[in-house]
Amino acid sequence: MAHHHDPNEKIVYVGDSRIRKRDRSNVAPPDYTAFPGKSEAFIPNFLLKEWMVGVVVLVGFLVLVMAEPAPLGYPADPLNGSFIPMPDWYFLFLYQLLKYPYTSGSYVGFGVVCMSGLPFVALLLAPFLDTGKERRFYRRPIASSLMGLTLVAIVYLTWFSWNHYQEELKINGVIPEHIEREEKAREAVEKGLPRPVPGRENIPAMVAADDPAFKTMQEAQCIACHGGELEGGNAPALRGVGDRLNKEQLVETITNGRNNGAMPAFKDQLSSDQIDQIATWLEKQKAEAAQ
Amino acid sequence: MLKGMYNWIDERLDITPMWRDIADHEVPEHVNPAHHFSAFVYCFGGLTFFITVIQILSGMFLTMYYVPDIVNAYYSVDYLQHQVAFGAIVRGMHHWGASLVIVMMFLHTLRVFFTGSYKAPREMNWVVGMLIFFVMLGLGFTGYLLPWDNKAYFATKVGLEIAGSVPWIGEYIKILMNGGTIVGAQTLTRFFAIHVFFLPGALLTLLAAHFFMIRKQGISGPL
Repeated sequence: MAHHHDPNEKIVYVGDSRIRKRDRSNVAPPDYTAFPGKSEAFIPNFLLKEWMVGVVVLVGFLVLVMAEPAPLGYPADPLNGSFIPMPDWYFLFLYQLLKYPYTSGSYVGFGVVCMSGLPFVALLLAPFLDTGKERRFYRRPIASSLMGLTLVAIVYLTWFSWNHYQEELKINGVIPEHIEREEKAREAVEKGLPRPVPGRENIPAMVAADDPAFKTMQEAQCIACHGGELEGGNAPALRGVGDRLNKEQLVETITNGRNNGAMPAFKDQLSSDQIDQIATWLEKQKAEAAQ
Repeated sequence: MLKGMYNWIDERLDITPMWRDIADHEVPEHVNPAHHFSAFVYCFGGLTFFITVIQILSGMFLTMYYVPDIVNAYYSVDYLQHQVAFGAIVRGMHHWGASLVIVMMFLHTLRVFFTGSYKAPREMNWVVGMLIFFVMLGLGFTGYLLPWDNKAYFATKVGLEIAGSVPWIGEYIKILMNGGTIVGAQTLTRFFAIHVFFLPGALLTLLAAHFFMIRKQGISGPL
């Protein structure tokens, strides 16, 4: 059977072409004549107005990006025992929720499944749980108050967790790594030195390596953390420590420890003479003297 | 010239109805912030999408420098942050955008919830939206590990321990996500793959479904 072509038709069947002419009589998009007021076309009228809101957000966003550089701490060290773990802020409420007596320890299964899992499932299935026709929130007291309660809980748990973290930092005298790193980089650059890359600093050579103090340190197991050549390991390098600490500070650190026991106190293992000997030697460990 | 090119393509593919359908559909007054200031609450969905686009673009640029292995990951991020031209800006956009997208999505979810817009016939769109929410949280969780600093490492360790405490299947989930028994080299490559391929793929599919449904059903009416 021959095809009859309408010469004015845009799309023409050729062989088994899958392109067919659309019947445009019923593709009219749903309009909002049922709603009161002025509706307008999506592109460009409405989109331009929404873009205005987008621009405001974008400007605020870029100001934040320029004012606050993205944080970066020190390279991950799985053996670091004193690091305070902290998830990103939007997980804090869950993190905190799973710390309470009936949601942790031997109840952690209940905490994870019932206290965190179930609310998420309920949220996922909200349209099938709240099936009434009413849309206004004040006519749906159960759904609205459950959501309101959840919001209050989330805000409270997040605030509490963050507050607790700040207190923990203060008690242990810990400065968050990304801040410490930035400070050190800034100090180095102000002194005209190259920016230090954590874990790749140039550690100065050992000064007076034949000093008996080094032998004492090896016997006292200082090298277990500070490295066999004092190049650092789980604890900072001690070569060059004389640039950071003076003798009194060194004696104090060795005697009483530091960072809440991350550096243990050695007053029971070492005599005060030995500590003095070590501190005297460590104070000589300066980058300048090593050259 | 341009019109000629357009016509050439249109004759063959009949694209006019497709984009007219997207462009011409009516937007009702009650969601238009130009008519009612309070209608700005209806902007959060669009803003979520806007930030998502920023995330995808900035993330694409980040992968040009990022190296997903435990020796180099940290130093590639350090290099990106301090040596690459505009690296700090692009990484900053990705870092802060990750938080902002959660905020926008949360506000969008609340708007839909409190206006009751998830009710029949829009139940499916709500479910898809919640799946997008979970995918976004997954993107946040996997992306947090990638800089491979102490904060990233220990947060992931805690997160996986929580996943491991799910009754019966927890241990399997943990091993699957760890790629073994510890947070290590396998975990990093795994999280990287999940962060840049698996979850974005799922996200784009879900977004397509989300937009298709809102187009098909229209926006919910005024209260």
